[in-house]
Amino acid sequence: MKLNKTIRVALKALRRNPMRAMLTTLGIVIGIGAVIAMMEIGAGSAAQLQETISSMGANVVSVRPGSITSGGVSQGSGTRPTLTPQDVEALATQCPSLLAVAPEVRARTQIVYGNKNWVPDQIFGTTPDFLTIRGWDIAEGEAFTDRDVRNTASVCLLGQTIVDELFGDQSPIGQQIRANNVPLRVVGVLTQRGANMMGTDQDDVVIAPWTVVKYRISGSRLTNTNQSASSSSSSSSNTLSNLYPSDPPDLYPSQSSAQAENNPMIVRFPQVDSILASAISADHIPAAMEEIRTVLRRQHGLGPGEEDDFEIQDMTEMTDTLSSTTTLMTNLLLSVALISLVVGGVGIMNIMLVSVTERTREIGLRMAVGARGRDILRQFITEAILLCVLGGALGILLGHGGAWLVKAVLGWPVETSPTAIVAAVLVSASVGIVFGFYPAWKASRLDPIEALRYE
Amino acid sequence: MDFIELQDIRKTYHMTDIDVPVLHGISLKIAKGEFVALMGASGSGKSTLMHILGCLDHTTSGRYWLDGEEVSNISADRRALVRNHKIGFVFQGFNLLARTSAVENVAMPLSYTATHLSERQARQRATEMLVRVGLSDRLYHEPSKLSGGQQQRVAIARALVNNPPLLLADEPTGNLDSRTSEEILHMFHELNESMGLTIVLVTHELDVARYAQRTVHMRDGLIVEGEYDGSSETDDVHRAQDQTQSPARSTTAEGQTS
Repeated sequence: MKLNKTIRVALKALRRNPMRAMLTTLGIVIGIGAVIAMMEIGAGSAAQLQETISSMGANVVSVRPGSITSGGVSQGSGTRPTLTPQDVEALATQCPSLLAVAPEVRARTQIVYGNKNWVPDQIFGTTPDFLTIRGWDIAEGEAFTDRDVRNTASVCLLGQTIVDELFGDQSPIGQQIRANNVPLRVVGVLTQRGANMMGTDQDDVVIAPWTVVKYRISGSRLTNTNQSASSSSSSSSNTLSNLYPSDPPDLYPSQSSAQAENNPMIVRFPQVDSILASAISADHIPAAMEEIRTVLRRQHGLGPGEEDDFEIQDMTEMTDTLSSTTTLMTNLLLSVALISLVVGGVGIMNIMLVSVTERTREIGLRMAVGARGRDILRQFITEAILLCVLGGALGILLGHGGAWLVKAVLGWPVETSPTAIVAAVLVSASVGIVFGFYPAWKASRLDPIEALRYE
Repeated sequence: MDFIELQDIRKTYHMTDIDVPVLHGISLKIAKGEFVALMGASGSGKSTLMHILGCLDHTTSGRYWLDGEEVSNISADRRALVRNHKIGFVFQGFNLLARTSAVENVAMPLSYTATHLSERQARQRATEMLVRVGLSDRLYHEPSKLSGGQQQRVAIARALVNNPPLLLADEPTGNLDSRTSEEILHMFHELNESMGLTIVLVTHELDVARYAQRTVHMRDGLIVEGEYDGSSETDDVHRAQDQTQSPARSTTAEGQTS
């Protein structure tokens, strides 16, 4: 029998019981529909992720201090304070591929306004360039200036979340908040940004000149969220904190009170937690990273052969990590959808077996008029494949429509994926072959006499 | 050599632990163009013989020539080919495909071997056959919309669509009333006369067998030719058929009567 004839015969057989054919293939329809919808939504969110990453500054390069390894035990990234404000200066002047450079000092402590208090997710100490690099805008008021940074001016910018928590409907501009008992005057409010793709609330921040955060708020390096505990460590009046010191031992000699008197601002070893820089464009990132490396090695006096005491990261690494996460999620969902395809295939097998039993006389008759075992095998496999492929086609439409509906109703990003469609057709055909084979084989093995006599 | 020649055909069915012999050595010759009725009570082995004649089953021993070709021990695929080219079947239960038009039913056998025919040519040939059996006004009716007689005519058209030289009819009138039976049998007679079609008709009714030129009686897996009244066994006339049936064999057969 020729192929087109086989297909025609199979179509006729299916048409004799359209309702059953529909119900049989429903499993495949749903399975393929789920696969297609999953792929389209997955592709859409991957595309949106790319867009988000580039909008939040794909050109950003961050420099972190290196790690300490003592006795073979690594203390992790950022435990070796090697980055200084001078490095920032050097990078800003000596790297042509960089657009802007800003230091970053982080603290985590309680802030108080009136009778309300709050612990922001992050207190950033930085320079005004930080806002340029991160692409953050001021919604109300204005940013602090480089002069504020130099003067250790007690000013700050607040994220929307903090405004909501501490001020409610009141305008915070000009008000004073206290962080670690340091009064800070609010000069501006940042525009609302919502959560970033890691789920962290980006509006839960306070931004202040790094000098203020470094020398006045955090005192030592970051950590304690409990204001009384952290304040006690700076004033060192609490005996408990001496018994159980929560701060790591100082790496650099601390000043005597006389020195402190002479130098109200510590200038000798101020470290920043990290340095943020933005390249002129995404294409300049590799060049920018190379320049940063050269400049910092020179700044830190590292000879050839010595290891870098800092780490340079660009966003592509983060992009890769994040997109690998979404890929993983999509794959997980896809495997669930594939399982439903297998279930659909079992449904097909079940009904094909019923169909073979029910059509035993027909099979006997076809054999009597000259059909060979393999003709019968081919006919039933073709029926199963047709069922699956038609179901697959319907599923593609359903999945596509479902994805479109998700886009229309939920506003999720969706992208048509031709690979998914090709894969869906192939998968449904193979489901037909795999699950149609056993019933077809059973049919082909029937004895024509027995089959003709079957009631 | 005759059109059909059976030589000492034996058939034993193997059940799980016992062997059931059904045919005890059948020899038979049918000339081309003959119309033979095969009679016998149920259990006489006539259906088994019919299956062997129709190449639906293989023999345990013995030889069978059909149209000059030995077909007693060929593969299942070869048997399918022989069935398609040389034999047309008509069954008691019509065995038409449900929800399929008469034309499609008749054209069905063509799709297995006559691959050179296009869909349209196949349908045309099926239509010709249906016209021949007098169903020109029922071409696109489904079996459920046809009377028993009409359904059997569709089945006859289907059996003839490949122009086979042999037509095997297994109780073709078993499900029909007497008037329709007559029509169908008349059609067999005509086909035999006009086309020279060899017909073997299995039946247990004498009235039906009368349409045939020759009647072959079977009992207990052996051929017993002659006037045979299924109800009384005293009438049996054992007549040695042709050259074969040796006395020794009859004894064996009688010994196994159950």
